Amino acid sequence: MTVSNTQPNPSSAATSEVVISTEKVNIFYGAFHAVRDVYMDIARNQVTAFIGPSGCGKSTLLRCFNRLNDLIPSARVDGRIMFEGTDLYNKQTDPVEVRRRIGMVFQKPNPFPKSIYDNIAFGARINGFKGNMDELVERSLKRAALWDEVKDKLKQSGLSLSGGQQQRLCIARAIAIQPEVILMDEPCSALDPISTLRVEDLMHELKQQFTIIIVTHNMQQASRVADMTAFFNAEAAEGGGRFGYLVEYDRTQNIFNAPQQKSTQDYVSGRFG
Amino acid sequence: MSSFTNESSSGSNGSLAIARLIDRIFFGLTCAFAVFIAVILLWITAQLFQAAYPAIAQFGLGFITTARWNPVEDIYGALPQIYGTIVSSIIALLLAVPLGVGVAVFLSEDFLPAKIRTPIAFVIELLAAVPSVVYGLWGIFVLVPFIRPFLNVIHQTLGWIPIFSTAPDIRGMVQAGIVLGIMISPIIIAISRDALVSLPPQLRQGSLALGATRWETILKVLLPAALSGIIGAVMLALGRALGETMAAAMLIGNAPRISASVFDPASTIASLIANQFAEASGLQVSSLLYAGLILMLLTLAVNVLAEVIITRFQQIE
Ligand SMILES: Nc1ncnc2c1ncn2[C@@H]1O[C@H](COP(=O)(O)OP(=O)(O)O)[C@@H](O)[C@H]1O
Ligand SMILES: [Mg+2]
Repeated sequence: MTVSNTQPNPSSAATSEVVISTEKVNIFYGAFHAVRDVYMDIARNQVTAFIGPSGCGKSTLLRCFNRLNDLIPSARVDGRIMFEGTDLYNKQTDPVEVRRRIGMVFQKPNPFPKSIYDNIAFGARINGFKGNMDELVERSLKRAALWDEVKDKLKQSGLSLSGGQQQRLCIARAIAIQPEVILMDEPCSALDPISTLRVEDLMHELKQQFTIIIVTHNMQQASRVADMTAFFNAEAAEGGGRFGYLVEYDRTQNIFNAPQQKSTQDYVSGRFG
Repeated sequence: MSSFTNESSSGSNGSLAIARLIDRIFFGLTCAFAVFIAVILLWITAQLFQAAYPAIAQFGLGFITTARWNPVEDIYGALPQIYGTIVSSIIALLLAVPLGVGVAVFLSEDFLPAKIRTPIAFVIELLAAVPSVVYGLWGIFVLVPFIRPFLNVIHQTLGWIPIFSTAPDIRGMVQAGIVLGIMISPIIIAISRDALVSLPPQLRQGSLALGATRWETILKVLLPAALSGIIGAVMLALGRALGETMAAAMLIGNAPRISASVFDPASTIASLIANQFAEASGLQVSSLLYAGLILMLLTLAVNVLAEVIITRFQQIE
């Protein structure tokens, strides 16, 4: 596994417009170097999947894209992450504004202990939405393929829904504020197979309008939903501990059928030690 | 009851039987304690009712609506005390709820480094253990002399409003209410902070990820999510304010009258009982106990109300 991990991969995502672009991104938790030298371009209106073994820094990198790492006091980000021409970690960049434009769906569904309606309306209200709220709620729930199941119980608590429904509620909540990018950190890992398929179908729908970055443990899922796939791996660092790095980033069919790196080949074929 | 856990935790047949026996004994014990508490509560209520009965028979509900307390003619009515109890408790809440919830938010967020936050939270919990007589003395000698000039300013500028129409002395409803409010704040802080701290961190992340600011997250997500705990805290604190005897007796002025001005002295049920019980006899004792029964019902009503509010909110959750 001696793979050069600093190689930028300029060929990837070349076909469409770049939304997020990282340049020599290094992420630290205190003294621990979690992610090393990531260069990648994320294409607009595509689904990009992050795959790789646990602990290789997929979530860590994802949380940088909406500045959610700011909540972890020890986290530090070096390098540049450009989003639509602005540096996300510039001093002038307002993390609140970043998060409004780059939404997130979490691993464990986390609806607010509010009604289904208010779960959707909350984000719109705090962002100064002035239009017809009923319409927005309906539209968001429809796009998250949840409307038919909840239209008669909008006043009920979001927590009364099943896990799969809760996750779609969280997706509806994220799209209600019209972000440009939606980050999803293993959105299906807590769901049953049927709910998982529904969320995957949803992703195909949503990419018409949003750019989606999804972290997944499930390689079939990546091959089903993603246009581009990034394979991350972790390697033992000299001073002990392990750092994550981007091994290979390419069109999904290339990653799964004709990977350039041996470790990618090993991982996608399930031969991974 | 929990025979499944027994089966999984014990291997051989013998230890299984022992575990079952222990299970049953434990179950029996907890049942017995629960019944014991209920019996004591009923017993106290029954005794109180019985001892108060002469006064109940004599004055009926008129006791609640009349404002005479005349041991010479043996005519009693506790309206001024009920009024003073409620008004001083409301004033205490007006101070303690914003103060307590505010401090709880402050201590549950990372405004301060954890190294400073934890000791502060600990000291505040200690404040809840300070005896009320100490709060009373502190109120008389330190706090009220300190705030009296401010109360005077309120009286001078807003004196045309009836509730501020008299000049504040050391003793009065506001003066007692403020000391009570400070006394019950630690309860609100400690319980509300626990409620806030135990919220799942995903809630905060979910809110911030939608582009909410920290304050929007606190006010619109975290506080509503912790509301049932906070209401519980407030009701517990209110219960203490209503029944508080020593601090109230020292600061309220023990004047059995109903005054519109909140700066005027008044009396509370608890202070009335504390002041008169030792020298009372006959119908006066019954009347004092009748007043005590009313206080108990008042506290009970507060608790039931809290229960109703909390279940109402939990239905939404
Ligand atoms: N809040 C944190 N504080 C310290 N270390 C962390 C934190 N979160 C993650 N890490 C470490 O960073 C590395 C990458 O973690 P993560 O991004 O969660 O990996 P993945 O999502 O790929 O499984 C792991 O070694 C993990 O232990
Ligand atoms: Mg992860």
